[in-house]
Amino acid sequence: MTTFLQTLMDAISVGSLYALIALGYTMVYGVLRFINFAHGDVFMLGAWFSFWVTTKFGWAGEGAHPSIPRALTVMAIAMALCGLLGYLIERLAYRPLRFAPRLNVLITAIGVSLLLQNTGQLKYVFGTENQRMPTLLPATTLATVAGVNITLIDVIIVAGSLVLMGVLDRLVYRSRMGMAMRAVAFDPHTASLMGVNVNRTVSATFVAGSMLAAAAGFLYATKYPNLNQPAFSTWTLLGLKAFIAAVVGGIGNIRGAMVGGLLIGLIEQFGVAYSAPLSHGYITGEFKEIYVFALLILVLLVKPSGILGRLTVEKV
Amino acid sequence: MALLEIHNLDVHYGAIQALRGVSVSVEQGKIVTMLGANGAGKSTTLRAVSGLIRPTRGEVRFDGKPIHNLPPHRIVEMGISHVPEGRGIFPGFTVEENLQAGAYVRKMSHGEFERERGRVTKLFPVLKERLAQPAGTLSGGEQQMLAIARALLSKPRLLLLDEPSLGLAPLIVQVIFRIIREINQTGTTILLVEQNIHMALNAAHEGYVLEAGSVVMKDEATKLAANDDVRKAYLGVG
Repeated sequence: MTTFLQTLMDAISVGSLYALIALGYTMVYGVLRFINFAHGDVFMLGAWFSFWVTTKFGWAGEGAHPSIPRALTVMAIAMALCGLLGYLIERLAYRPLRFAPRLNVLITAIGVSLLLQNTGQLKYVFGTENQRMPTLLPATTLATVAGVNITLIDVIIVAGSLVLMGVLDRLVYRSRMGMAMRAVAFDPHTASLMGVNVNRTVSATFVAGSMLAAAAGFLYATKYPNLNQPAFSTWTLLGLKAFIAAVVGGIGNIRGAMVGGLLIGLIEQFGVAYSAPLSHGYITGEFKEIYVFALLILVLLVKPSGILGRLTVEKV
Repeated sequence: MALLEIHNLDVHYGAIQALRGVSVSVEQGKIVTMLGANGAGKSTTLRAVSGLIRPTRGEVRFDGKPIHNLPPHRIVEMGISHVPEGRGIFPGFTVEENLQAGAYVRKMSHGEFERERGRVTKLFPVLKERLAQPAGTLSGGEQQMLAIARALLSKPRLLLLDEPSLGLAPLIVQVIFRIIREINQTGTTILLVEQNIHMALNAAHEGYVLEAGSVVMKDEATKLAANDDVRKAYLGVG
């Protein structure tokens, strides 16, 4: 029972992070109908920016002393930096290709992804060494329920993700900018006839998605402080799983991304915890990725539009 | 000076030339119609006015100001609203949300919006009953009404209508044209593209006939309706 609850706790925590990243994939897909494969790298840079800001402020090593205001400051700066980065990626790489065939844009996205990874590896950027994220949040255990430790970090991850998703939901469904985003998602030409500035709306979408990825990057680095170097395969895999979360939930659907993220978190964490015990050790926790990809295949076979996705039928 | 002046417009789609030196002028307060067969360049002219395509040559002036290099959203802000062919409603939005999208440029408070919505739905009472319904579930005629109502919510001085009668039952076409006249009587200038030439010439003050991307005839609507060539070519009479 304890294992079960502990796994559930981890799953919700990790799932929230997947959801945050998945939102960026799904929003960009919603407005531009293409997969921004560089999004996972924005998440990676969010984690690395967090590390960089923390050390720049002297909040690492001797000056370290965990505090929530510091953590929030670092997260806010990382979000701002990634927001700017997201804006630049769209402006410089994707906008010139707005009317190009989709394959061109897709290849460009892969190019941007490689560019970000390799720039991150440069000696004067983050280098090729793994780093350890300084402790910004105290490793406090808030409560122990039925043998499960509820840590401050997990609570902040879940609460932070919920707040950010709430803000995003409000932005998209209750604001003028959100109206513009949804209109562009339906049809950019018609949206422009309503007076929507399509370029600005697309920019806003990239900025919002990148900021969420940055927040996820920060929270991830806080929970798993061993920071792999920028081009390490872990990052690609995390980005890929978040993308799967978006597809499973229904790509283009914001609430779908949230559901998908949580689902991936559950499958992955329960896979890790129960593979070995249930198979008497024949299958190990390493199989967690296989479960995630198997889920993707299953969803694509059974309901290709995703759990909350709908095939839109247009009336002529 | 006319409210809208299209002067010597050329438009290309890639290597294909869609408009060849089209000039159209629309006086304030009038209904002007553009007639012609499929591919004559009627819709293209409207798309060039609302900024959806950029002309390769010539100019478009609205209220004396050149607009042919402006992006569509700036042109809407200036007071031109375009109901595109096929209506272009947002099927997943509710009727209410579609109307809100139409009012996007006006940055109104909720109260102001409701007042404006009331003003516009007076013309289309059926929409008032369907505000919470997804627009994709409306009938074709209702969708057309929604598209026009939505365009009116930006409070345009010039309304561009692209084949509002397309695919609608004759009775609904009558209703739509009655509403078009009412809109015009409240002071909105209208540039109307139609294949239903009979109805269009009936409603309009002036008409242009386009063929293969050029204006081949221009006259008062009543005179065009009486013109033998027009009757033979487009009205199937004679």
